[in-house]
Amino acid sequence: MKGSFRQSMAWLHTWSGLIVGWVLFSIFVTGTASYYRPDISRWMRPEFTRVEPVEAPALGAAAERAVAYLGTHAAQARTWFIGLPQPDKPVLDLFWRTRPGAPPGHVLLDPRTGTESSVRDTQGGDFLYRFHFELHMPPLWGRWVVGICAMIMLVALISGIVTHKRIFADFFTFRRGKAPRRSWLDAHNVTGVLALPFHLMITYTGIITLATFYMPWGVTAAYKGNAQAFFTEASWITTPRPPAKQAAPLAPIGPMVEQARAARSEPLERLMIVNPGDANATVVAVFEEPHGLSHEHPQIAFDGVSGAILEVRDGGLKPAAKTFTVMTGLHEGHFAGTMLRLLFFLCGIMGCAMIATGVVLWSLARLPKAGERPFLGLRLVQALNVGSIAGLPAAVAVYFLANRLLPVDLAGREEWEIRAFFGAWIVAALVPLARPQRRAWCEGLAAVSVLCLAVVAADILTIPDHPLRRAGGDPLFAWFDGAMLLLAGLFALAARKVLRYEAPKKAHKNEHERDRAAKPAPVPAAAQPARRPEPTHA
Amino acid sequence: MAAGGRTPGKGPGKGPGKEPGRSRALERAGVAGRVVLAAGGGYGVAALATALLSLTLPMARSEAVATATLLSFAVMAGIVVLVFATRTALRALLIVAGTALVLGALLWLAMGGSAP
Repeated sequence: MKGSFRQSMAWLHTWSGLIVGWVLFSIFVTGTASYYRPDISRWMRPEFTRVEPVEAPALGAAAERAVAYLGTHAAQARTWFIGLPQPDKPVLDLFWRTRPGAPPGHVLLDPRTGTESSVRDTQGGDFLYRFHFELHMPPLWGRWVVGICAMIMLVALISGIVTHKRIFADFFTFRRGKAPRRSWLDAHNVTGVLALPFHLMITYTGIITLATFYMPWGVTAAYKGNAQAFFTEASWITTPRPPAKQAAPLAPIGPMVEQARAARSEPLERLMIVNPGDANATVVAVFEEPHGLSHEHPQIAFDGVSGAILEVRDGGLKPAAKTFTVMTGLHEGHFAGTMLRLLFFLCGIMGCAMIATGVVLWSLARLPKAGERPFLGLRLVQALNVGSIAGLPAAVAVYFLANRLLPVDLAGREEWEIRAFFGAWIVAALVPLARPQRRAWCEGLAAVSVLCLAVVAADILTIPDHPLRRAGGDPLFAWFDGAMLLLAGLFALAARKVLRYEAPKKAHKNEHERDRAAKPAPVPAAAQPARRPEPTHA
Repeated sequence: MAAGGRTPGKGPGKGPGKEPGRSRALERAGVAGRVVLAAGGGYGVAALATALLSLTLPMARSEAVATATLLSFAVMAGIVVLVFATRTALRALLIVAGTALVLGALLWLAMGGSAP
């Protein structure tokens, strides 16, 4: 492009960032929340805290009940997935697919009786987790959109790094009292640069988690497109067995579970039964990941008819295959203990802040001069900024609120929670279109704060086991509410800042004049020509 | 849509005041072309490189595929940066097309060796 390499990169950074900024923001927010997916899921199913955990020796009998249920309700399915009861999720989690394209079946069972669990119907943290990479769209579409956004994020990161000649000095620069644009730019730089290793890591490893989906051409060339063969050779999965097209009864699953438990020290996580009822049926027992960075579950495959062990998969990956699983592991952060998880979470928050300050910066740099009318695009960007930066957190809060307030036995409760989420988001995105910019920010941020407080109130009022109401209650509720209070405080603070900022009319006017003084030059950086190269950035 | 003087790549002496209609339209066409080239060309080159490396890297088949796939997104990001950094859109097109042709030819040779 015209101008220097750095100028063209600044342009690329500005526009690529704006175009996917809002989608990226929602990917980052839901992804950051997903570091606490099990905790969110457990909070959203408060009935679990009253259920006794299933002892390991009882897993075999529980698995038998799951198979009995699937045999009557999903006999035609090609694969059954059975999530075994875990200490923090004491139910059987059944999932099956009949054929591609058909909606999958999903049900939770009581492991002691084999009947459908009475726990409230919700997707819990899984909704946020799936939204993170599918945006609640049909999976193929959603994954492509997220992949494209992630790729653009990668490009925006690279071009952003190039744009910063003084990346180290910028790191210590925060010009708070200066023109608002400078403070925003510095905030964008600090959140971007401070967590830069995290941002680069999380973006690249995020793409890698779905790499063979986005870039299947290596598999096409070397394996004639047979991905299963590649996964098997890479030692990621046990060897798949095609159906024999001959009926044969499934052997009792209890002894297989016992055998699997005796073989390894890790807890047994789930069972996968491929081609049930076929002579070539395979039962794969999947264990929890051993401690370590890599995302690889030990697996044992059984012949479904004879019950004999076919194959044991336990590490031993070659370097490139191992790099793959380590990258996936890094992205998901299963290995992280409490403190490291918190650090990942905070880095994720910084990513959200980086994107938020970035899109705000775009609109600030294009504010009309005094007396000029804002152009339509600017109005739209401004409204979308409020609609996503305040709107999405509001929608998440409403999702939590719906979980507590909807009647427990409501039909289609799970869908209603999600409708509440999108309903709130749509409202939050439309209202700013009709409001003056500053008021919209103030109202949006304040609304998030109030909604977070409402979540805490609803939690305390509807949960009899809440630690505030009963000594010895599950501390999870207190932790969750504490986090909500913290968020409420942060958003209230932000709303107050916006409100306060508007108050001194005179200062506001002066700023406009200062802005105008800097404007006439085609390159706004002319205000500080020697210091910062930021041709289109500001 | 953008306010005056907000078009990308403001070179000296090329302000919107000079020859507004024509130069801006040209500039926009150039930008649009680059976007298409970066997306299509970037993905195409990355895909060709992945397929080629998968067949030719001197290691086990699964390792070659894994290595090539791991690298592919860095290749694509590199091409995108290159497309936007090159001085003219035409030159970017030539570089990308040339790379794709070379990779395609090598891939054709590699496949000719491995498949009957």
